[in-house]
Amino acid sequence: MEVTAKFSKPTYKTISLFIVIGLIATVAAYTFLFLKHDPSFVNLNERLLPVSLEHPLGTDHLGRDVLTRILLGSQLTVGYGFLALIAAVAIGVPCGIFAGFKGGLLDRFFMRIADAFQSFPDTIVAIVLSGLLGPGIENLLIAIVLVKWVNYARLVRSTVIVERQKDYISVAKVNGLSSWRIMSKHLYPHIIGHVLVLASLDLGKIILLISALSYIGLGAQPPAPEWGAMLNDARPYFQSVPSLMVFPGLAIVLVVLLTNLLGDYLRDKFDVKKELSS
Amino acid sequence: MSLLELKNVSKTYDNGEAVLKGINFSLEKKECVGLVGESGCGKSTLARCILQLASIDEGEILLNGTALHNKNERKLKPYRRNIQTVMQNPTASLNPKLKIRESLLDPYLQYGSQAVLKHFHYTNETKFVKQLMEAVELPEELAGRYPHELSGGQKQRVTIARAISLEPALVVLDEPTSSLDILSQSATLKLLNGLRQQLELSYLFISHDLSAVNMMSQKILVMKEGSIVDRFEQEELFSESRHDYTKELISLYQ
Repeated sequence: MEVTAKFSKPTYKTISLFIVIGLIATVAAYTFLFLKHDPSFVNLNERLLPVSLEHPLGTDHLGRDVLTRILLGSQLTVGYGFLALIAAVAIGVPCGIFAGFKGGLLDRFFMRIADAFQSFPDTIVAIVLSGLLGPGIENLLIAIVLVKWVNYARLVRSTVIVERQKDYISVAKVNGLSSWRIMSKHLYPHIIGHVLVLASLDLGKIILLISALSYIGLGAQPPAPEWGAMLNDARPYFQSVPSLMVFPGLAIVLVVLLTNLLGDYLRDKFDVKKELSS
Repeated sequence: MSLLELKNVSKTYDNGEAVLKGINFSLEKKECVGLVGESGCGKSTLARCILQLASIDEGEILLNGTALHNKNERKLKPYRRNIQTVMQNPTASLNPKLKIRESLLDPYLQYGSQAVLKHFHYTNETKFVKQLMEAVELPEELAGRYPHELSGGQKQRVTIARAISLEPALVVLDEPTSSLDILSQSATLKLLNGLRQQLELSYLFISHDLSAVNMMSQKILVMKEGSIVDRFEQEELFSESRHDYTKELISLYQ
């Protein structure tokens, strides 16, 4: 029974993951092969059209094709989400490794900065920062990176602190390995699994944050087809044409669901829970 | 000139506890010196100081006449290859994420061509690993496994293979058999003795087990509360002139 349970759970997750990836791939293929509308082309004669063959998800208040905007919006929302995530990991992981491995003043310095960022909820800090930096997707990304790197620095630091006290790190020093080699060869394999799991779960949160801040006008600016901004544009028509809000909302839900499935899959693959409990 | 010389080495912890109090001893080439004492007497701290993993507050640690204790990590590197170690817990001494082969190659890859070896010959990684595995009497195919796939005794043999891979002048053996079963203990001691003669190594053999120390060492030091209270040749173990603490240890093992 135990064996069945062990194999059936990841398989179920793997299948769901690949179904969603397949769906996204189909959407991407459609974007490249069949896209025939300009996402920014305003045609007031065709505003607020219902679902049809010509406009599979209808048109918005400026007569722009909703499907085209959602598909191209995926590049903005998901693409910028990835960009912010990569930047946060690229800053947080080295800071965490150095702080955890070297300890002392460097550690205290990094961790006090991290404490300052973590004293407030992510969303509040991101809103304040992007408000200070001014509206725009680039400033929003900077705000998100400044908020998110802390999580990676803390996670990696705590893993490194546990590992650096183990005998194999002492032996590595006796063997003449430089600090850089110890970090890259001995510590890196211990943190990569944790970082990948956190990153995959964080991607969904970052996408939500981009959409939420774009919705309140701090992120992508018109006419960019960002999903959160599309929701904001559709607000006045919520009662007359609800599909204008439903479809971008569904796109956000689908992508966040995918990132969570990916996180679960990676957690099983790297067995992070088991490792932490042992 | 002695291979290793400790002159009046002292160390105090941050909480004010003196853990090493004026340690003096020397270790000659191809010699095995045993260091025996009860848990908490400072044996492992002394080993860490000799290995330059911990600093000392006073005194000198000399390797072939060169002071090690005042060197930074970069200046220390050329000397590190001459002092290797086998630690108490083989499971903790091997990175669980690396295959045995990668752990074995760790020291050699740091020194590469600087390491002039007399007994092992480096032609390629596979052949080098094979020689090391043969030296510690392990099947070559274990090199492709992860540490958790090996028994405690096998893992300790891997750590021994790694320690001797650069043919160091001195190997600090910090309780190398204490986490092994009786059969593995005896086999490991026999292996270590054979390797010492074959590779002309010197050992500092640290243990709380007086019988193991007596079996391995030509000279024996007895440590109590951070000081060396007795020192004698192997054959003088049962001499009447032994320190009271040594006699107490002997009585525990009889």
